[in-house]
Order: sequence, then C-alpha cells, then structure tokens
Amino acid sequence: MGFEGIGASVKRREDLRFLSGRGNYTDDINRPGQLHAVIVRSPHPHARITAIDTAAARAAPGVAAVFVGEDMAAENIGGLPCGWQVKNKDGSPMAEPPHPVLAIGKVRHVGDPVAVVIAETKAQARDAAELVSVTYEELKGAPTLEAALKPGAPAVHDDVPGNVCYDWHLGDKDATDAAFAGAHKVARLELVNNRLIPNAMEPRAAVGEYDTMSGEYTLYTTSQNPHVIRLLMGAFVLHIPEHKLRVVAPDVGGGFGSKIYHYAEEAIVTWASAKVKRPVKWTAERTESFMSDAHGRDHVTVAEMAMDANGKFLGLRVRTLANMGAYLSTFAPCVPTYLYATLLAGTYTTPAIYAEVKAVFTNSVPVDAYRGAGRPEATFLLERLVDQCAIEMGLDRVEIRKRNFIPSSAFPYQTPVALQYDSGDYGATLEACLKAADWAGFEARRAEAKARGKLRGIGISTYLEACGIAPSAVVGSLGARAGLYEVANIRVNPTGSITVFTGTHSHGQGHETTFAQLMADKFGIPMDQIEIVHGDTARIPFGMGTYGSRSLAVGGSAMVKAADKIIAKGKKIAAHLLEADAADIEFKDGRFQVAGTDRAKALAEISLTAYVPHNYPIEELEPGLEETAFYDPKNFTFPGGCHIAEVEIDPDTGVTHVVNFTAVDDVGRVINPMIVEGQIQGGVAQGIGQALLETCVYDEDGQLISGSMMDYTMPRADDLPNISVGTAITLCTHNPLGVKGCGEVGAIGSPPAVIGAVVDALKDHGVRHIDMPATPQKVWGIINANRPRMAAE
Amino acid sequence: MYEFTYHRPGSIADAVKLLAGDPDARPMSGGMTLIPTLKQRLARPTSVVDLSGIAELKGITVSGGTVKIGGMTTHAAVATSAEVQKAIPALAKLAAHIGDNQVRNRGTIGGSVANHDPAADYPGALLGLGATVHTDKRTIAADDFFTGMFSTALNPGEIVTAVSFPVPEKAAYAKFPNPASRYAMVGVFVAKGPSGVRVAVTGAGADGAFRHKAMEEALATKWSASALEGITTPQDTLNGDIHASKEYRAHLIGVMARRALAAAG
Repeated sequence: MGFEGIGASVKRREDLRFLSGRGNYTDDINRPGQLHAVIVRSPHPHARITAIDTAAARAAPGVAAVFVGEDMAAENIGGLPCGWQVKNKDGSPMAEPPHPVLAIGKVRHVGDPVAVVIAETKAQARDAAELVSVTYEELKGAPTLEAALKPGAPAVHDDVPGNVCYDWHLGDKDATDAAFAGAHKVARLELVNNRLIPNAMEPRAAVGEYDTMSGEYTLYTTSQNPHVIRLLMGAFVLHIPEHKLRVVAPDVGGGFGSKIYHYAEEAIVTWASAKVKRPVKWTAERTESFMSDAHGRDHVTVAEMAMDANGKFLGLRVRTLANMGAYLSTFAPCVPTYLYATLLAGTYTTPAIYAEVKAVFTNSVPVDAYRGAGRPEATFLLERLVDQCAIEMGLDRVEIRKRNFIPSSAFPYQTPVALQYDSGDYGATLEACLKAADWAGFEARRAEAKARGKLRGIGISTYLEACGIAPSAVVGSLGARAGLYEVANIRVNPTGSITVFTGTHSHGQGHETTFAQLMADKFGIPMDQIEIVHGDTARIPFGMGTYGSRSLAVGGSAMVKAADKIIAKGKKIAAHLLEADAADIEFKDGRFQVAGTDRAKALAEISLTAYVPHNYPIEELEPGLEETAFYDPKNFTFPGGCHIAEVEIDPDTGVTHVVNFTAVDDVGRVINPMIVEGQIQGGVAQGIGQALLETCVYDEDGQLISGSMMDYTMPRADDLPNISVGTAITLCTHNPLGVKGCGEVGAIGSPPAVIGAVVDALKDHGVRHIDMPATPQKVWGIINANRPRMAAE
Repeated sequence: MYEFTYHRPGSIADAVKLLAGDPDARPMSGGMTLIPTLKQRLARPTSVVDLSGIAELKGITVSGGTVKIGGMTTHAAVATSAEVQKAIPALAKLAAHIGDNQVRNRGTIGGSVANHDPAADYPGALLGLGATVHTDKRTIAADDFFTGMFSTALNPGEIVTAVSFPVPEKAAYAKFPNPASRYAMVGVFVAKGPSGVRVAVTGAGADGAFRHKAMEEALATKWSASALEGITTPQDTLNGDIHASKEYRAHLIGVMARRALAAAG
C-alpha cells in the first residue's frame, strides 16, 4: 500500500470528471419545474431609492414573481449576518450596520442587489428585469479609503460617523515607543496592498427548492462551507430551523475564499422558492461576479522598524487603513486584524510590536478573505520593510534576515502579537532556497541580461503564516461567532470498504485523493476501497468547511481521530474472535493480529462480524463499525519558508517578466507531494498576479472600471515562469499528522519576492519600493522619471 | 441576447438584399465582436445576416504583386497561408497574433476592418501597406476607409468582399498588447514598397488607426531606426486608459516603430 499512502504522488482521482466535463457543478443541477432568477442591481455607487415600479416586469411574459427589499422586510427576513465582531481600542464593539438581502432605502455600491425577477426562462427573466423601473436619487460616492476618510465625506451608512467600522489595535504601544526611542536607525515604508477581484473559474450559482409537503428547504450553492451557510441563513436571515434546511455544495470550481461567505442570492432563491412554490435558480454572469463576489486585500499602511547598531530589529510600528467595502461580508472584520496584525513578527525576533488598524466603509463591493487573507498583507509589508532595513543598514538582504531569524532552538516561540509558533527552521528553508535559486550566481546573470539590454533583479521573502484555523476558544475570545473545529465520520461498510464523511469541502484542492491516501495509509486498504464524501449537510456531520489552509491540519486530524476509534473497536472485536486480550492485538497493513503469532483477522472480517454479530461480544460492545470524531486544534499551524523571484525588465517598455521563481516551503508532513506542488504553484501564480498584473480600479465616483476581463488582468500561462517548488519540513507538534497546510503559502510568500526583484532590477533608478501591481506603465514611468546616474561620472 | 431573425444567405447578392430590406439588420462575419455585444444586450438588431455561407467571400489569391484576401477569410487562414507567408510575411505574422486560437478560427479580415475597433490589428496593416478595400459596390483606398473609432467609409448594408494588399519590399508589424485584453495597446506597421514608405499606428489613436506622417517622412529619407530618433508623437489625438496613459502610448509608438523597423530589415 506504500505507493498509495502518505508521501505518494497519486494522481488526483477527481480530475477525470473535472477535465472531461463530467463534474456536477451547481449550474449543472436542474430541478423539476425550476424557474430562473435575474437580479436587478444598482448601476450607481451610492443613491437613495425613491421608488421601484415592478408592474411592467410582473406583467411580462413568463414572469412568476418580482420581489424587492420591502417584500422581504414585510416577512421579517433578516439582513446578512457578520460572523466576527472586532472591538475598538476602547472596548466598544465595531459599527455593524444592517446588510439587507435586497436593498432597502439606499444602494451602496455598483452591483448592490435591488430586486429579483423570477421567470420560466432565464431570457424571460432578463427581459423582465429591464422593465423594473427604479428611481434613484444619486448621492456622492466614496469608493476609496482616501475618499471615505476625507472630512465631510459622504456617509456610506447614515448612522456610521466618519465611515469608520472600527479602530483597533494590538501589541504593546509603550514598549514599542521605547524601542524606537532607543533605536540606532529606523526604516520607514508607506505602501498600498492592492485590491483584488478573486475570479474563481466557476461563477457563483444557487438553486433554492421548497418541498411543500415536508416543509423542507434545499439550497444547492457554490460554497466552501455548506454548514456555515445553513447556520447563518437558517438562523439569522430566513428563520428556517436547521432540521428543515439542507445545503448542498456539490463540485465547486474554485473558491479562494470568495465562496466562504453567505451571499444575498442564496437567501433570495431559497426564500423565493417557497413563495413561488417552485425551485428557483440563479447563476452569476461574469460581470456580476466582478461586482458581487467579495473582493480581497485593499490596505494602505505606514510601517516603521527600529533597529540597533547591528541591524537587529527592536520594534515594529504599523498603522493600517483597511477597506471593508459597503457592507461587512461574513468574516471581513477578522481579516485586517486577527489574520493580519498577529502575523507581524513573521520569522523574526522583533521584541516589541504595535499595530493600529482602522477599518472603513466605502461605496465599493464588500472586501473579505481572499487566498491568504490578512497574511499576504502582513507578509508583504514586513518583507518589504525588511528590505528597507537592509538598505538603511547597508546590509545584504539575506544577512539582515539571518540576523533576525527566530532560531530553530527557540521553539515553541511566543511572539509579542499573541501567536505562539510550535515549530520551524527558517535558516533551513532559506539555505535550501538560496541554493536552489543559485542566489550566489545572480550577478553573473544580471550582467548577462544587461548585455541583452535587460534589467535583471532578484528578490527574496522569508515569510511565515498561520493557518489551520483554529482553536475554537481562542478565536471565540477574539470575536469569532463560530467554532473552528472539524469533524469526520468514518463508516466501515460490512464488506470492509470505507466511506468517510468530512466537514471540510474540496473546491479544487484534491481532497478526494489526499484524504483517501491518508485513510488508505491508516487502514492498510487500497484507495479504491475508500470514498470521501463532502459538501452536503444531509450526509455529513456539522463541519466548518475549507478555508485558511485548514482541511488537512484540522479535518485530517479529525479523520485520524475517528480512524483510531475504529481501530480500537476493531481490536476488541478481533480479540473476541481470536480469543485473545485486546491489549495484545496489533493493527497493521489492514489486519488485526495477535502480537507474536500468525493469528489475524482482516479489517473486512472484523467489519462483517460487526454488522452480522452472531459471534460477538454483544454485552460489552455495540454492533456496527462507524465512528465520528470532532477535532478542535490546540493551536494554529505555522507554515513558512523562502521564496526567491528573478525578473527581467525591458527598459524600453517597462514590461517585467518573472524569469525564475523558486520556493522552498515548510508545510509540515506532506501527504501527496504532487498536490502540494500544484497548490504552491497555484498560489504563486496568484501572488505573481497580485504583484505584477491584477488590480481593482474604481473611478472617483465609484464606478467599477476594471469590471471585466478586458480590463482586469488575470494571470495567464505566458505571464508565469516555471515555478520550482521544494520543501524542507519540520513537523507540526500539536496535531497527529504533523501537517501544517499548503493552500495559501504561494499567495502569501511570493508578492514581496517579486516586488523585491523589480526594485532590485531598478536599483540604479532611485527607487526603494514600488506598489503592486508593477505594471509596464508604472515601471516605465519610474524608469522614465529616474534616469540612472552614470557610475564613475 | 434579445431575439432576432437569423439569415444565412448563400450569395453576396442575397446578403445585400436582406440588409437593404431592413435598416435594423446587422451583417455578421466572424461575430467576434457582434456576438459578445448581443450577449451583453448592447445591440438589438432585428435580424443578423450571417455571411459565413457565401463561398465567394472566402479565399486568398496572389498575383501580379497583389495579395487579395476575401472578406470572410479567417485570421487562421491568413496566418497559415503559404502564399501570404511568402508574399507578405508581416501580414501572416500579424494574423497569427490576433486574439487566441478560437478567435483566429472564427474572426475574419472583413469583419475586423468593417468594425474598425481602435485596438484591432488589421487596420494597421491596411494603412501600412496602402491596401484597397473591395465592397459589393466599389473599391476604397485604405487611407479613405477608416474614418474614426468604430467608423468607416462603408455605407449601411455595404459588405466588405475583399482586401487587396500590394506586396511590399519590406514590412513588419510590432505590437504591444494590452496586458488584460491582449488587444493591441499600441501596434505599429512599417512598410516600404509600391505604396511608398508607410508607418501606421493602431491601438493608440483616439480616432482609430492612423498614419504617422513624421515617421514616414524620416524613413523615406533614410530607412533606418536612427532616422526615428527624436521623433515624438503628439499626445492630443491618442487614447488614455488605466493600462496606458497618452504619454506612455506615445512613448510605445516610438519603441514599437523601432522594433518593427528592425524586424523589417
């Protein structure tokens, strides 16, 4: 079994159906009698709704119903809830303005849902949607942080003064100020973390269905966490008891965070299906995705590092403005706080850290977690700041990192910003990456490129992230309104095959393969005897879903725990059959064996006995072989590593090509090296996208300028180099597998390495930092404005 | 997409008749612009007259120093035509880099020039080579054909039947693609031949493709990149957007012109 178990690069079982068009995505689901919904959205960034006339739409051919916000309010339908409460510096709660499912009174961003038209066909619903007449009184919009914080700025929510959602802080201000007072030198950096639009390949979709006989609702939806949607939508929005609400998230074509949240359209189709007593389907157009999927990032930050005469970091001070968009998306408040400021120690021993974060409402699409969520923002600022420190001190970028690394002997390591790291070896990943990237040989490559008229630069990032979210009590104390354990139910079927029901959700990560490998390893049976089931609240136990690189660290740990229960029970059954003591039974390679003898029973014999308990210790043991385990992690996990990017810039055009990218990551124990490599490469692709290509642009009024693929630059294959991935692992010390997580490290570690390389390439042009994305226009502008000073002149 | 009536005539005469009979009918060549426009409900024609069934609109002939390409000839056909590759390699290469594989196998030269998207590639080639546009009614010199952004000398219902290109002595096209859409953000076509020395710019002009007279004069004097030194492009007639300001486009015109010249030899 070794070749299928832990450590084997087994090909992904799910790919055959994905790649041959036989997946079962939400839009593939068509229920009998199904109607189609089209959402009427605000064309204005900010406006009062003075009237909505739906008469013509209701009279249009094929139309079953038209609903507006007042219709839902009349039935006491709640607003979309926020799942995390952050407190202000003074302990008061954040501003949490209502988020109606369909706008009531006001629209606050382009794309804000105003009405829904439900008709026999999608074309009829579209036709009728054009007949919904909404009268708006346009208001001045404030789409950006700068606009929303100006004195006299328009109020996005009438009752939120100054548009401030919260003004939060973390760390020891006095100790940090003292560190700066005694500093030899201070490095300072102002930077923007650019706003991104996720663009999963599959647009969001939802089908609501109501069974008039049983009173049960079913929602099929593109979600990363169906139980969370069931809880939020059932309890807070539609008031449907959970036993009458089933949420199914079938095959989902990419999420990257954007499909964690409870969205208006899910509530609309579910509620409407009972109103019209027929199933109702909605599928986003790509244009709708741009203006309604939660966006990511969008910070403006000032950061300073105090150093002693040896370049040791003494203190870090950070002030960040974070754009929340028009409403609080489900987990938005925790992203620029507990997933951000807690990461500011990074891989370094900085003893004093103080961070202040002001979250701001603007007339833009809500912003929430996007691959990395807070950690890419923290990593980008820290790694870019460390490069500034090197410049200030006249030290090499590698040397200053080495001087400040947390030594591998210091674990567990308590940071000044709440987290306690369990394991890591930053020197090891650094050295391995320097070698793999041939850092030492770079100057020769730079000279060779120069001879070709190209500016070549190299950049490095020695990042750390926290994932495997998270100990429930810890996140609860920080404002989470949810527990973050995970659950697995393992059913050994009578003939010995195994069905595993997991609370995590796979939307591209390859869980059906990785988890099956894990179980094959654990039970000593072939992978094809194991089925992994996820994504349906009617089948799986109450789990929390997939995000924050948690599936293996938390969900896999629950699986191991449940498997151990199965094995413990199996030993008792085997002991009975083999007339031995349970303590003498060993389980290995799928067999329960009396230690030191050749007497053994296969797993299938044990399971058959458990379900046909004719010869069975029925007084002491229940029949059956099925166990459930809930696993609440003891700590976050802390993947880290080193990313090195090499770029070449065409000085005539400003075009930057990433020519080499090398990653050496510590993701803990690796189950499937091929899948880990793919996850890291995908993350790096998104990181290169953020660094060089992608950015969301609103005009000053709040119209979305980058509202389609014509203007939003998604990375393409030819924008990317070969991405070399290596690992140098230390084991997580607090989960049974020693795993840490790999889903986000690529997106977290890579942007500062790429920008560092761009800045290095332009070092003779008088720049120390470039905000992302480093587009050709921006790079050419820098080259054009800062002609290099001629050496020796 | 709104409902419309679909026609697929088999001859130019039938197509012209259908278009003449309905002022709100739209001809469709490859549909690479029209179909997305219809899907986004930005156009509402009563009928669409699909020209793909008209055999006489397809094909490439090379004779007497002229390459004549039927209006319904796809970019892929031009790109892979051995005759075009031999006669005007710059034209085959330009066609090979329009859009992606799907677009190249649907999109046509007639559709491209009749649409005159300011970021399309072909208008640069037509102006740069001094081509002639053939319609069902007349012939129009390329210099008179492009009249503004998405605007041409074509009358309503008039169909581009072919484009003929005089074979140049030297020619090349250099394109800087828009990072997001991959349309030409700046494309420069340079040529020397029977139509004289020509430099045509696409992607950058606020009124669509245009000839760069200052560069033409300089290159007519001396066919060399050094002749382009110091020549700037006035920014007032250029496009500016989030990907490229007018200033950046003006700069790129110079860079692409030098690169095209280097490629032309």
